Amino acid sequence: MAQVFHYSTNTLARASVVIALVLVGGGLWILLAIGRTSYITQQEVVREQPVPFSHSHHVGGLGIDCRYCHTSVENAAFANVPPTKTCMNCHSQIWTGAPMLEPVRSSFRTGESLEWTRVHDLPDYVYFNHSIHLKKGVGCETCHGRVDQMPLMFQQNSLLMEWCLDCHRNPQQYVRPREELFTMGYKPPNGNQAALGEKLVADYKIQSLTSCSVCHR
Amino acid sequence: MSRAAGLLLLALVSVGCRQDMHDQPKYSPLEKSGFFADRRASRPIPAGSVARGLLKDDTRFHTGMVNNRPITEMPVPVTAELLKRGQERFNIYCVPCHDATGSGEGMIVRRGMKRPTSYHTERLRTAPVGYFYDVITNGYGAMYDYSAQIEPADRWAIVAYIRVLQRAQSGTINDVPPDQVSSIKPAGGSL
Repeated sequence: MAQVFHYSTNTLARASVVIALVLVGGGLWILLAIGRTSYITQQEVVREQPVPFSHSHHVGGLGIDCRYCHTSVENAAFANVPPTKTCMNCHSQIWTGAPMLEPVRSSFRTGESLEWTRVHDLPDYVYFNHSIHLKKGVGCETCHGRVDQMPLMFQQNSLLMEWCLDCHRNPQQYVRPREELFTMGYKPPNGNQAALGEKLVADYKIQSLTSCSVCHR
Repeated sequence: MSRAAGLLLLALVSVGCRQDMHDQPKYSPLEKSGFFADRRASRPIPAGSVARGLLKDDTRFHTGMVNNRPITEMPVPVTAELLKRGQERFNIYCVPCHDATGSGEGMIVRRGMKRPTSYHTERLRTAPVGYFYDVITNGYGAMYDYSAQIEPADRWAIVAYIRVLQRAQSGTINDVPPDQVSSIKPAGGSL
């Protein structure tokens, strides 16, 4: 009986195993890579807002503390977007005719909300609380980046779970003294985060919480 | 077989795109609502509601006034912690206009805000504590009220710290503890 398959089929068969593995592996890799692109995470993507509010001007230029506007950040899970009245504390007197600020004035006149576009939006299945992060020495800058250098607001970090876990597994890499929480451009003394981090983790009784139900409750 | 594989791939890919769990049918704070006419998920508080534990039944503490006259004594004990807290809150909410010493030359004033009265004028040096509390609570002149931004206890802490600032301006070298005089005395100069 003549041979059904040619000799080269052996090579083809072996090669096809490798090719299949590469295709499946590559496909999975592409899926995972897509999930990390800014297209999905919105990292470093500037959102359209009703008023081009500049943190760079208000925080970096004028030196206004984060808490002047985000008043609830130390006590609540949610760091509030300020009501229009907070804008008007100053803008009732400053730039009163600026067309750019008309939506603010109009909101103040009519009592209707300014509809800001949320920039940092965690999935609804994640529990997150600002106040406990501050109490444990996680500064604004650690997650939100150099807000004082952002003319328009964007999300500095990916907010992916792996990013959360990076700190939850090794908080000593990132924690800072409570006096420095709202400082932008903070540097650990002598650049020695390792020593300070260990000390703060002990002082503030910081636990490395990585159980699923800490955030997915 | 190939149809099953295709279906599996389709299922995998389309599952990855579903956002139902990301955006669940519940409201986050300040979220937009399609249900209410004003589109606010966070509902405005009806007039007259009192949150548990926040009944403002202590008029001295909550208004700084008795019989329409500002009180002259602090309604809370003045402690080192209170002053520290007052300093911190003052530096957040007041410094933009009043500046760190209270002279009224803050950054926002330099950018065009009406200049507030210096705390070191005779009128404000002699003003009762209740007056400052009332100004924070209800505003004064070009200054809007800060009742939404600063809690009553923190307003009193700020009032106490304003007294610190005022006292600091009238301080002399004799107020400094003797063991610390050398640390502040400028070399070759006099105070």
